[in-house]
Amino acid sequence: MTVGKDVSALFPDVVNCMQTDNLELKKLVYLYLMNYAKSQPDMAIMAVNTFVKDCEDPNPLIRALAVRTMGCIRVDKITEYLCEPLRKCLKDEDPYVRKTAAVCVAKLHDINAQLVEDQGFLDTLKDLISDSNPMVVANAAAALSEIAESHPSSNLLDLNPQSINKLLTALNECTEWGQIFILDCLANYTPKDDREAQSICERVTPRLSHANSAVVLSAVKVLMKFMEMLSKDLDYYGTLLKKLAPPLVTLLSAEPELQYVALRNINLIVQKRPEILKHEMKVFFVKYNDPIYVKLEKLDIMIRLASQANIAQVLAELKEYATEVDVDFVRKAVRAIGRCAIKVEQSAERCVSTLLDLIQTKVNYVVQEAIVVIKDIFRKYPNKYESVIATLCENLDSLDEPEARAAMIWIVGEYAERIDNADELLESFLEGFHDESTQVQLQLLTAIVKLFLKKPTETQELVQQVLSLATQDSDNPDLRDRGYIYWRLLSTDPVAAKEVVLAEKPLISEETDLIEPTLLDELICYIGTLASVYHKPPSAFVEGGRGVVHKSLPPRTASNESTESPETAPAGAPPGEQPDVIPAQGDLLGDLLNLDLGPPVSGPPLATSSVQMGAVDLLGGGLDSLIGGTNFVAPTTAAAPANLGAPIGSGLSDLFDLTSGVGTLSGSYVAPKAVWLPAMKAKGLEISGTFTRQVASISMDLQLTNKALQVMTDFAIQFNRNSFGLAPAAPLQVHAPLSPNQTVEISLPLSTVGSVMKMEPLNNLQVAVKNNIDVFYFRTLYPLHILFVEDGKMGES
Amino acid sequence: MIGGLFIYNHKGEVLISRVYRDDIGSQAADSAVFSSSGPFLRERLGGSVRRNAVDAFRVNVIHARQQVRSPVTNIARTSFFHVKRSNIWLAAVTKQNVNAAMVFEFLYKMCDVMAAYFGKISEENIKNNFVLIYELLDEILDFGYPQNSETGALKTFITQQGIKSQTKEEQSQITSQVTGQIGWRREGIKYRRNELFLDVLESVNLLMSPQGQVLSAHVSGRVVMKSYLSGMPECKFGMNDKIVIEKQGKGTADETSKSGKQSIAIDDCTFHQCVRLSKFDSERSISFIPPDGEFELMRYRTTKDIILPFRVIPLVREVGRTKLEVKVVIKSNFKPSLLAQKIEVRIPTPLNTSGVQVICMKGKAKYKASENAIVWKIKRMAGMKESQISAEIELLPTNDKKKWARPPISMNFEVPFAPSGLKVRYLKVFEPKLNYSDHDVIKWVRYIGRSGIYETRC
Repeated sequence: MTVGKDVSALFPDVVNCMQTDNLELKKLVYLYLMNYAKSQPDMAIMAVNTFVKDCEDPNPLIRALAVRTMGCIRVDKITEYLCEPLRKCLKDEDPYVRKTAAVCVAKLHDINAQLVEDQGFLDTLKDLISDSNPMVVANAAAALSEIAESHPSSNLLDLNPQSINKLLTALNECTEWGQIFILDCLANYTPKDDREAQSICERVTPRLSHANSAVVLSAVKVLMKFMEMLSKDLDYYGTLLKKLAPPLVTLLSAEPELQYVALRNINLIVQKRPEILKHEMKVFFVKYNDPIYVKLEKLDIMIRLASQANIAQVLAELKEYATEVDVDFVRKAVRAIGRCAIKVEQSAERCVSTLLDLIQTKVNYVVQEAIVVIKDIFRKYPNKYESVIATLCENLDSLDEPEARAAMIWIVGEYAERIDNADELLESFLEGFHDESTQVQLQLLTAIVKLFLKKPTETQELVQQVLSLATQDSDNPDLRDRGYIYWRLLSTDPVAAKEVVLAEKPLISEETDLIEPTLLDELICYIGTLASVYHKPPSAFVEGGRGVVHKSLPPRTASNESTESPETAPAGAPPGEQPDVIPAQGDLLGDLLNLDLGPPVSGPPLATSSVQMGAVDLLGGGLDSLIGGTNFVAPTTAAAPANLGAPIGSGLSDLFDLTSGVGTLSGSYVAPKAVWLPAMKAKGLEISGTFTRQVASISMDLQLTNKALQVMTDFAIQFNRNSFGLAPAAPLQVHAPLSPNQTVEISLPLSTVGSVMKMEPLNNLQVAVKNNIDVFYFRTLYPLHILFVEDGKMGES
Repeated sequence: MIGGLFIYNHKGEVLISRVYRDDIGSQAADSAVFSSSGPFLRERLGGSVRRNAVDAFRVNVIHARQQVRSPVTNIARTSFFHVKRSNIWLAAVTKQNVNAAMVFEFLYKMCDVMAAYFGKISEENIKNNFVLIYELLDEILDFGYPQNSETGALKTFITQQGIKSQTKEEQSQITSQVTGQIGWRREGIKYRRNELFLDVLESVNLLMSPQGQVLSAHVSGRVVMKSYLSGMPECKFGMNDKIVIEKQGKGTADETSKSGKQSIAIDDCTFHQCVRLSKFDSERSISFIPPDGEFELMRYRTTKDIILPFRVIPLVREVGRTKLEVKVVIKSNFKPSLLAQKIEVRIPTPLNTSGVQVICMKGKAKYKASENAIVWKIKRMAGMKESQISAEIELLPTNDKKKWARPPISMNFEVPFAPSGLKVRYLKVFEPKLNYSDHDVIKWVRYIGRSGIYETRC
């Protein structure tokens, strides 16, 4: 049976043996029944009678055995017969039977939830929380937690302080497993104030010295969660923090599998409350014969704990690790050195020299990893360590991984002016352009453009070559788009191109690979469980509705703390300083300021001039959507209207301008032109415009710019039906064909006699513009004041 | 909770499979199996759907080509926890967000329980105790929730011979013991001679830099107790814990400073479940009713003022590309009257070693090509002595660019004292109901310090 052979044919014969007095045989028969009852439901009914009889047996072991086995037989017909014996067993005089019956309720609930509710077993289960026997309490708590998990909305686990008290009493007396159930159940409870939280914490702390690691971790979970509610000024808070460290360190002397679980959890705890383990760096040093999974986790935590105080030790260790055998581990160690450099500024120099030593070893993967991290170090400390570039360039040929190649290309492009043969180096990469990965292609394109902008004279050919490779021979839309952007930038305005491509890059943030704060908080609630091992919320790996209740840390009760807002992370990071998270490597959605490889920067880059602002517009229309609602206030690229006093690029003050304009109802206010249709979306045709009202006539002032490489003709315009019946009063007159880079300004008179349809929002206008290339659609909002007649009444109802 | 438990042999054949929850082995695991194993497995799967989970684990973990990267594997939304004992794999399977630490603790416990019943965990023993294991699994795990797993209690009603008929009193005694507060001890134990043995077993762990700087050092110790005591004795254990001694010595400052030298600072300790933790937390006293026979009373860890019994001084010199000269000195650092035993120094050699000549002053040294190391053994060595080995290692020229990683020199030994400095001060026994007093109990204390991971980098 257990090795996979089907022996269900013997069912009747086996059932005949059920009535035996031999307990061992009985157990085997029951085991058989559990396995095959499902495949033979009709036959299984035959067994019911014996089960019911066994539930009345004078021997409590047999009563429990019967009720335990019955719950495991997942046949609908049987469940009905199970109810009566179960009810009796829940009230049995023997605790052994009661504790078995408590789990049986959970089993039955899994088969038929409705039945359990109808029969009132849930209330009985809740009563068992107050049972005199600790083991019964523990099992009841476990069963309740499980049932509550599949009913997120139910109030099953709304425990009152009395039952919490019962649980805490049982906690001292029951088996190690029971303690785990109770602690896990307690973790779901939210104390009503910090007083209660503290008293629970006090009663849970002794568990930290339990020999069972799971008890310790569950206790840590409860403490971490309830600590959130305690005021930081409290003495007790500090004591608790101190008490947490030793047990966590002790977990590291457990068996390797448990160490792994512990380390994954410590990783979370260190991120949430770095102060707990900040002095315990040494225990995370890797031992030579740790299993690889333990080594990798320890390394991760070492980096998180690295600080100025211990950096020397950490670096010495990391250097040692970089000579180990396991490739993954070595890579991670090298990467860790780079992260230390970024994290602890004082150590940067030592890190760089360590990395250089490692590059000298010429071990291929070490060199590649080192180059990747050196690139990050350059980003963090510009103009400091560029002297090492020469050494890096020596290793150009050995790079075969995309990430390392891309990093190297970035370095060459970024420091093209200091590398004499930068053009040759980049040219050598260009030979196999189409075989490279996208990451490398994008980087190469950018690097060559940078090189061209820095040394325009000798690299013209190179840039032509890469642009045509990117735009004409590539299937990758990202690459093509970027190629076109650069091409147009270079051909229209080299100065602007320089400012965009060679813009000063923001520094990268210090902490890396942090778990996003909300996820971290959720994971803290799952300490000890699989979720904390995977670092994923349960919904990511649990099927169906079970266990996907979103848990969150309790808010701090502000009883004696008025200054701090409840949301503030108590770890010491003031709000707004949440460090950015480096996305997974290979994320190609880098922004266009050629920061493919690096981490994103906080906040959008600030526009430094109108030219660049325009360029950004042109680059993707991202900004359009950003200010889509206030389209008419954004400044246009070319001619910012003279009446606009506000500094260009500050949309907010424009908005104030507008309100003042509308407020005076002068009628002469003209919003500055906004880009309605970016060139990116319209094959090179850019349309910006605004609406005006002059002496009873409404007109739409358009500015058409040809940013394509071919001539545009045959313009026409049409409006969709709209709320006020706006329609062009005359055809769109573009007299001469629009040649590349040419701009025309047209004023299109509008009437309000078109067909009416209510739009959402009311002043929404959908426009179609046609030319010889294609038809383009865009939508815009018109300011309502253009509809107002000068006598102060609405022109059209 | 745990959905199922499987035991595999090294070939990946299932020896024991016990499924507790229905969700295990549903369709999800299929894809993983089929995609990687082809039609052969599909034939074998037969009727039962459960086999999917079983096979998924075999294919993805036991037969996996590379080293195991994690003790927890998620295959098609099913999580597998595994531990390996000799060549037997124990795997717990679940589809829920279970308490991972608990599952591993349970697997270890399961190993302990099996070992207590039939000795070594081997394929043969498991096959021979097939029925017993199912009986145990039925008892210690219910619907995936671990229940009582104390061997002492289990042995009262799960016996290999099958249960003899019990009287009603006996039955209720069993159940109250299994569920009761003192689940680890049964009533009515009687010994003619009340005796107890205390072993303080410590392992010293050291990582030293080539220059002799201590990179990390800690002692992890265990106090193992063997008790042969009648009745329900209440025990109290005392040691030279700094906190306790300072508390007691509060009255006389003089005494504190005197005893302060002998007391040790314990970083952290954990206790057997029989110890009353709340009492330890409030008074720092260790009181308990011990299980009968052998058990581990406590584990502790210290990092301060450790006596390092040996110091290793390595000297490695590379003479050209084909020769290495190694000289290692060991110094013993404890009372001259004490003797260290089973000393073994392991000096790693490069993979391309072709020959080794060794000279040592004491003991025997041998180059073991299969282990890539020179193993130097000394039977006994007194304290405050010094010994030395020197070796010439000849290397085959290779064109391997990668440098030799120089693994650390490791050491093994056994010393008759506790390197942490821990001393047992007392172990008092009270049994109010029976007429024997603390003085009648014969007590034995023994200290053994062993090397844990005792390494010096070279």
